[in-house]
Amino acid sequence: MRPRALAFVLIAGLLFGYGLALSTMIRPEVVLSFLRFQDFGLLLVLGGAAGVTLLAYRFAPRLMRRPLAGDAFGVHPSALNARTLGGAAIFGVGWGLCGVCPGPAIAGLGAGNAPLVVALIGMLAGAYVQGRWFGD
Amino acid sequence: MDALFPHGYAHYLIGGLLIGAGVAWLFVSTGLVGGISTFYTAMWSLVSRAPHFQQPRFTATRAWRIVYALGLVAGAFVWLLTSGAPAVVTHVAPWQLALGGFVAGFGARLSGGCTSGHGICGLASLQLPSLLAVLIFLATAIVTANVVRAPGGA
Repeated sequence: MRPRALAFVLIAGLLFGYGLALSTMIRPEVVLSFLRFQDFGLLLVLGGAAGVTLLAYRFAPRLMRRPLAGDAFGVHPSALNARTLGGAAIFGVGWGLCGVCPGPAIAGLGAGNAPLVVALIGMLAGAYVQGRWFGD
Repeated sequence: MDALFPHGYAHYLIGGLLIGAGVAWLFVSTGLVGGISTFYTAMWSLVSRAPHFQQPRFTATRAWRIVYALGLVAGAFVWLLTSGAPAVVTHVAPWQLALGGFVAGFGARLSGGCTSGHGICGLASLQLPSLLAVLIFLATAIVTANVVRAPGGA
């Protein structure tokens, strides 16, 4: 990948990470308080993020022949099958247990939430077991 | 409003819009779809020869996924420096973080997406499997979080 494209990726990550920190999604306590119906802020985060992204996914391919620094617009691959839905059910159990999802496990470290490294290592281990013995 | 958002709502909304701006910018600038969980599998492509990890969808994308992850850390660090807020340190028990992280990592990779992959990118591309995945993981997460209440409120 060209350096210019990687610089664009870095900017995207910066925005994502800043947004995760500002919205307090890097605090598992806030996520757990949503899951316990004490604070519905997470829905605003998810809705706001998906809404802005939807605009880009809809209109960029119509307005631009190609990305600024790329060959083609990609699509998020997801299939309607037992892996997708069963995996989601399992993911939710883990998420509900720790209040950390894959993005905040990484971003949280930048805001000094050092204990999240435990969740990060757990996720790496989970990804290994999935890929090694339950890969598609 | 106070009952729904006891800590206010502006930071949630603005933070969400910024996250969306990041994923949208990634797409407009590079055409890439910015789910996070693939990063974890792609990392194993660096150290494991197992066939699953050596697929092009991991080996050919790990460079930008690493840069993306570094951006996440840096972005949160910028927030820490500029907000004046103290570092946030979780009090969730280590066993919950370890076990929950393991299960969430396994499930997200089996499902092919997490809160960002299915929740942001999947919903934004109006994919039915992702919508169902989001509804399912919200349901199982709500049940789990309400069943497991560790001492100390976390």
